[in-house]
Amino acid sequence: MAVTNDSVGSAAAAGGRAGAGAASPMTAAEAVLARASGAAQVEPGQYVVAEIDAMMMHDIFAADVLGMLERVGIAALHDPGRATVVFDHMVPAPSVAAAEHQAEARRLLRHYGIGAFYEIGRGICHQVMVEEGRVAPGDLVVGTDSHSTTYGALGAAGCGIGSSEMAYALATGQLWFKVPETVLVVLDGRLHPRVSAKDLVLYLMREVGSAEAQYRSVEHAGAGTASLSLAERMTIANMGVEMGAKFSLFPAEGAPTMRPGARYAATHTVDLGALAPQVALPHHVENVVDVQDVAGLRIDQVFLGSCTNGRLEDLREAASILRGRTIAAGVRMIVTPASSLVYREAAREGLLADLAEAGAIVEGPGCGPCFGGHLGLLAPGERCLGTHNRNFKGRMGSPGAEIYLGSPSTAAATALVGAIADPRTVAEPVSTQEVAS
Amino acid sequence: MTNPGTTRFGGRAWLFGADISTDMLSPGQYVHDPLEVRLRHVLEPARPEFAAEVRPGDIVVAGPNFGCGSSRESAPQHLKDLGVVAVLADSLARIFARNAIAVGLPALSCPGVSAAVEDHQHVEVDIVAGEVTVGDGRLVLRADRIPPPMLDVLRHGGIEALLASLAAGGR
Ligand code: SF4
Repeated sequence: MAVTNDSVGSAAAAGGRAGAGAASPMTAAEAVLARASGAAQVEPGQYVVAEIDAMMMHDIFAADVLGMLERVGIAALHDPGRATVVFDHMVPAPSVAAAEHQAEARRLLRHYGIGAFYEIGRGICHQVMVEEGRVAPGDLVVGTDSHSTTYGALGAAGCGIGSSEMAYALATGQLWFKVPETVLVVLDGRLHPRVSAKDLVLYLMREVGSAEAQYRSVEHAGAGTASLSLAERMTIANMGVEMGAKFSLFPAEGAPTMRPGARYAATHTVDLGALAPQVALPHHVENVVDVQDVAGLRIDQVFLGSCTNGRLEDLREAASILRGRTIAAGVRMIVTPASSLVYREAAREGLLADLAEAGAIVEGPGCGPCFGGHLGLLAPGERCLGTHNRNFKGRMGSPGAEIYLGSPSTAAATALVGAIADPRTVAEPVSTQEVAS
Repeated sequence: MTNPGTTRFGGRAWLFGADISTDMLSPGQYVHDPLEVRLRHVLEPARPEFAAEVRPGDIVVAGPNFGCGSSRESAPQHLKDLGVVAVLADSLARIFARNAIAVGLPALSCPGVSAAVEDHQHVEVDIVAGEVTVGDGRLVLRADRIPPPMLDVLRHGGIEALLASLAAGGR
């Protein structure tokens, strides 16, 4: 649901949608919104009131949302079973204020009978939602977090909303949406070793970007989608919101990889095999270049983690470069596993030991320094290369700091060298088949 | 908006560039600080003088992709707390656009507005007609109209007020 009604009018014309007849094939986003609003067919630009299948809140907003419901006198949620609360941002509580805020949220979620509550240490909300099966293919999901687009990896239409809208959704079970147009991204081929899903999504930021994807749904299709693991699809869907997209959808596991006859506002084809590692430069995610173009730039801090790249596959990727080596003097490396499952499995596989022995600090599961709340803020003039999803001015502390975004391999290579490095030039030959892909 | 139900606003413009993010509107590091502290840092990285000098009734005018970033509702709420009565941008990031309406702050996408308006110039906006008038009134721009369900939210003064009337059985 975008406020604007006809700002994308030219694209609508390009899509040639005028006068579409009944029951013509729908895009993935249209199919979910039609199902959720009980309509046989929906058209881009149309407003629908849709039933929400799953609602997610994290510790920053849960107390605000539930507090608003209590304040205005809503006695009960429409269906507490659809709600999930995850404490992941300010964990463990870094201040008395955060602790009070969390205590209030715990009181309220008990009051409203929300059973699906995941305490500090369980992990980042989007990772936990998927690990715990709180999202299913075809679902319409909203979260008080913009990276709720991540659920598109499963074929669920997820998007972020604010606290007030979440309060409304919890009270009524519904929310209204503007049916978005869809941009189709056809993926061919396979990624090379040391080139990852993060590089693909950064490349999409550069090639498609908000100019084309703003207010729209991005739909990934083609044979290349089948070569991507769930972790990789989550990385890509996660950053859909950075393009301004409402949803970022993949075909559900086992579903056809194309939707013949569905109408798209634009189509892009990407050869996965032709991609090189990418880096987003400060202070915007669309400011993307090939890693070679910035190789050698000195870095103070490397961050491996977040809902974009804090999964087991990402830790394996980084550990395969850093195992048995030491990160460069003058660089500090922070590793934040995305969830307790990731943390435990990484410990069992020896990945945490590999990273710690190389000189990294391993933090507990959660958002870590990703959003600039705590656990690794930057001073003015410092540079960080991270595997997360945003590099806006001030995102990780001082507005005078610079944030670069890259893949886990690029992060590991950068930590090793102490300056931005192309992982294809520093890595040993890939020795384990486990390395992400 | 001071009076729920008002649909015309006039005020002094504060001009901003492209891609003003929610991290600038509401920096994450102050999330648990008292409101008056948080308000002091609104838009600090873009225009450090803004928070101290903005006056009730002012209007924020910006380039494309205003409000990009996170889903934090504090981004539009803080503008409203500082007395801003409307946001006009070449384009608005999707979640910000929703959240602004949800907190009762009219936000309109108005292509070309950032090039047409000078800093501190007087602008007027009619949110029902989707019309932006610049300076002496000789320049009128088309803004995207706010769809009916969202106008309804704005007329209530935001979703909280709408929910209150729902809770009271008045809907
Ligand atoms: S890891 Fe970062 S982007 Fe993801 S939910 Fe946490 S703060 Fe947001």
